[in-house]
Amino acid sequence: MATLPFLSMTIFLPLVGALAIFLNWSQQDSTQANNARWVALWTSLVTLGLTLILWGNFDAASSNFQFEDKFQWMPFLNISYHVGVDGISLPFVILSALLIPICILTSWTSIQYRVAEYMIAFLVLETLLVGMFAALDFVLFYVFFEGVLIPMFLIIGMWGGPDRVYAAFKFFLYTLLGSVLSLLAILYIYFEVGSSDIPLALTTPFDPKIQMWLWIAFFSSFAVKIPMWPFHTWLPDAHVEAPTAGSVILAGILLKMGGYGFIRFSLPMFPEACAYFTPLIFTLSVIAIIYTSLVALVQKDMKKLIAYSSVAHMGFVTLGIFAADAQGVQGAITQMVSHGLISAALFLCVGVVYDRIHSRKIADYGGLVHNMPRYATVFMFFILASVGLPGTSGFVGEFLVLLGTYQVSTWATTLATTGMILGAAYALWLYRRIIFGALAKPNLKSITDLNWQEDLIFAPLVGGVLIFGVYPMPLLTMMEASVANVIDQYNLSFESDGGGLIDPRKFLEMAFHE
Amino acid sequence: MTGFYMPDFKLILPESLLVISALFILMEGIFQKNGTFGSYRRYIHYSILALTGALIILIFQHTPGEKWITFEGQIFQDDFIFFAKILILTGSGAVLAISLPSMTKEHITCFEYSPLILLATVGMLLMVEANDFLTLFIGLEMQGLSLYILAALSRDQVTASEAALKYFILGGLTTCFYLYGASLIYGFSGSTNFEIITSVIRNASMEGFPLGLLVGLVFIIGSFSFKVSAVPFHMWTPDVYQGCPTPITAFIAATPKVAAMVVFLRLMVGPFLLMYGEWEALITFISFASMILGAFAALNQTNLKRLLAYSAIGQMGYVLIGVAAGNDEGVQAVCVYLTLYLIMIIGTFGCLLCLRGKGSEGVQNIEDLSGISALHPKISFTLAVFMFSLAGIPPLAGFFAKLYIFKAAIAAGFFGLAVVGVLSSVLAAYYYLKIVKVMYFDESPLSPGICYGHVLLLSPEIRIILNVCVIIILFFFIFPHPLLEMAQRAALALLI
Repeated sequence: MATLPFLSMTIFLPLVGALAIFLNWSQQDSTQANNARWVALWTSLVTLGLTLILWGNFDAASSNFQFEDKFQWMPFLNISYHVGVDGISLPFVILSALLIPICILTSWTSIQYRVAEYMIAFLVLETLLVGMFAALDFVLFYVFFEGVLIPMFLIIGMWGGPDRVYAAFKFFLYTLLGSVLSLLAILYIYFEVGSSDIPLALTTPFDPKIQMWLWIAFFSSFAVKIPMWPFHTWLPDAHVEAPTAGSVILAGILLKMGGYGFIRFSLPMFPEACAYFTPLIFTLSVIAIIYTSLVALVQKDMKKLIAYSSVAHMGFVTLGIFAADAQGVQGAITQMVSHGLISAALFLCVGVVYDRIHSRKIADYGGLVHNMPRYATVFMFFILASVGLPGTSGFVGEFLVLLGTYQVSTWATTLATTGMILGAAYALWLYRRIIFGALAKPNLKSITDLNWQEDLIFAPLVGGVLIFGVYPMPLLTMMEASVANVIDQYNLSFESDGGGLIDPRKFLEMAFHE
Repeated sequence: MTGFYMPDFKLILPESLLVISALFILMEGIFQKNGTFGSYRRYIHYSILALTGALIILIFQHTPGEKWITFEGQIFQDDFIFFAKILILTGSGAVLAISLPSMTKEHITCFEYSPLILLATVGMLLMVEANDFLTLFIGLEMQGLSLYILAALSRDQVTASEAALKYFILGGLTTCFYLYGASLIYGFSGSTNFEIITSVIRNASMEGFPLGLLVGLVFIIGSFSFKVSAVPFHMWTPDVYQGCPTPITAFIAATPKVAAMVVFLRLMVGPFLLMYGEWEALITFISFASMILGAFAALNQTNLKRLLAYSAIGQMGYVLIGVAAGNDEGVQAVCVYLTLYLIMIIGTFGCLLCLRGKGSEGVQNIEDLSGISALHPKISFTLAVFMFSLAGIPPLAGFFAKLYIFKAAIAAGFFGLAVVGVLSSVLAAYYYLKIVKVMYFDESPLSPGICYGHVLLLSPEIRIILNVCVIIILFFFIFPHPLLEMAQRAALALLI
């Protein structure tokens, strides 16, 4: 076991980098901008290295929280600084640490306006994201969870597209509205448990009637974040208007905060409520998969199309989580990680052509394969991964989710599979319209292929998608024990009620006999 | 308490120091025929020194857990009042400091400015330490009258005179409320002393409270709702905020609100705690209405100071949740909230006072801040921090203030109030964000005539204040313990 507080170092190192840039914050000039870029890149790379150390030292066989750091924060109130990772949060920590350097690299030349502030925003964001996934104290969790809004608001609003102000406000207020209710739930739990410690709260049984309310409060927060239909409307706007790197972070990590929250809190803490609401979640998920896929078909804007596809993919995640069996939850986590890589890469693909042509309209493109063969290959790879081609990580996630859900609801699985076909339709059609055909548009004639920096950015993503597609075992073993723990805890509450799933009639009979 | 004692003047040294300094400055101002800007600056420096001196004396005289009563049971101090006094003294000093560079630009060209603030501060100290309805009245009037004069100080400005008149008339009305309430309570309890009233209420709680006591209490609540600008007694706030010169608005927004809220809390959970069942619904309603009105009415404001007025109404609504909770958690939450509110509001006004148009005119509308982040990155960063903090977004201090308030609400079982509170905080976030948006997302207007922030009026004092405020707000989350500890001690003293 490592002796240094590696996890806390991982969380706060980006903040130190941000502080370093901040202290050198002077007049805008090119040297200062370059310094900011290099500081940000190195900080995020070292952070990535630290997360790899965490991965290396992680004991996958144990379902306990590891690399725990705990000390008193507000001693009178039993609120402490408590962080730690298990197999559910570690994949997201690594994903966050991987995507931030990619974001910084992709903004290297495309962001020329207020570079220092931009880099500070991303580094602060990294601290908040990693901290959010690692937090083991409710108040700490909420601080990180909500704190994400500030840098993201500024990123969309300051470096975004023409309609950025509207998108930034919508994003901020929508997600804030969702989260404040969960704050009240957190406070209620705090009084029930007597402390805001998450591991303690996870093992505290709650009265089923109260569970319903707490579940709804958490749902309002996570359903907006993930987002589920019909709470998804902020997502297309935010994605379209955000700068490329902002979209990458939004799709890559921010959406996962919702799914992570469902797995971490809703399943183990409110099992009865989860079982009660599962039909609702399944319905919403299936609607999300089919409806947003149809909506994606008619989009004229590339980023918007990918944004809607994200909602559809997140539908699979919620389906898997609330199937509440090992395959479903593991599939959901795999799907989230793989979607983090794939959708990030797709937004980067859009960013590549946007930097050259400054248009996101599908109609403005066509025939790019003639001038950009390497780009066409990379784009095809990620389009196919997004469709769920076997051999890519997208397949593993969706397959596991469907496998898990099939044991619970055949209908939901059947409908969700239909959605996959629609997914293939919009994705491949998008590809056909952009890449194939004749290179007719005059401004596309001189377009250049990927340069070496862009190759470098795509390389880790291609690698990740392929490796986890062919050999997902490292990821699955990492989470196996922790997921099993969550599922056990979920099932435990029903076993104590007399075994089997919750059955009101049986429950009543038992009550009468006593 | 029996027998005649010489009152212990040692204990009221801070107040005496302030009064003597105020008189001294007044004398010097009168004897100097033509006041210059330099002399006004000097008076402000004197006053800041006096306030600092009073603060130092106060801190050195007080030992934690100590209680004393003097002047025939009229004046009283414990940990809670000590806490409030620190807030008042620091708040007044900070407001004086931030008003230094822009004083003449805001048409405050008379020497009475700083002595009036000192006298208002003495009034506020007297308010919080009063142990008797009459002493409290003297404190209330002392700060009230000083504030009315302060509001009317720039005589050549029509808006300021109008604001001052409104403030004065409505303030006079609440004075009547207060006196009527206090006399009813006196009539039904036989005393104006808080301790005697407490014991009378304790006895009455067995067989039901007399109606007169209840009516009196309602009047008292009404008058203090006016002082803290809570709905339905909030009407003066937007006009006064908008009309007064900005440094005076800053003062009215900061310390008197805190002082009045402290007294409000002290009355409610002190003498009237056993009547909790009677006033709970009333305060809950006031809090509820203030939060809702503060959120909705500010949405369409274009004038910055008006917006801040509605924001203050909303913020006071949150504090009142803590009062309504009436428990240990509530008192602690109110203490923390008031402290952080004071810091945020002084910081916000400090930023606004720095930013000047071409002719050094003050910022009026939100649009005036367009694109200033490019011109003055540091000031706009500071202001943005305060805005996010007022909106209650973690990890800034404003979030923790709200967290403790909602914690108190949940502890007291006010789920409805808590839900309304968080929802209205989302609405309120919209207008705080609007200010951030104007500063950061909008381009500065092309015609330079309109562009504000060309001139940045800074002085060492204001720099120190702004830096301290922004550092506290940004990094409160790292080390919240000292403030929480003080709040806990204050709550302990109050609720015994």
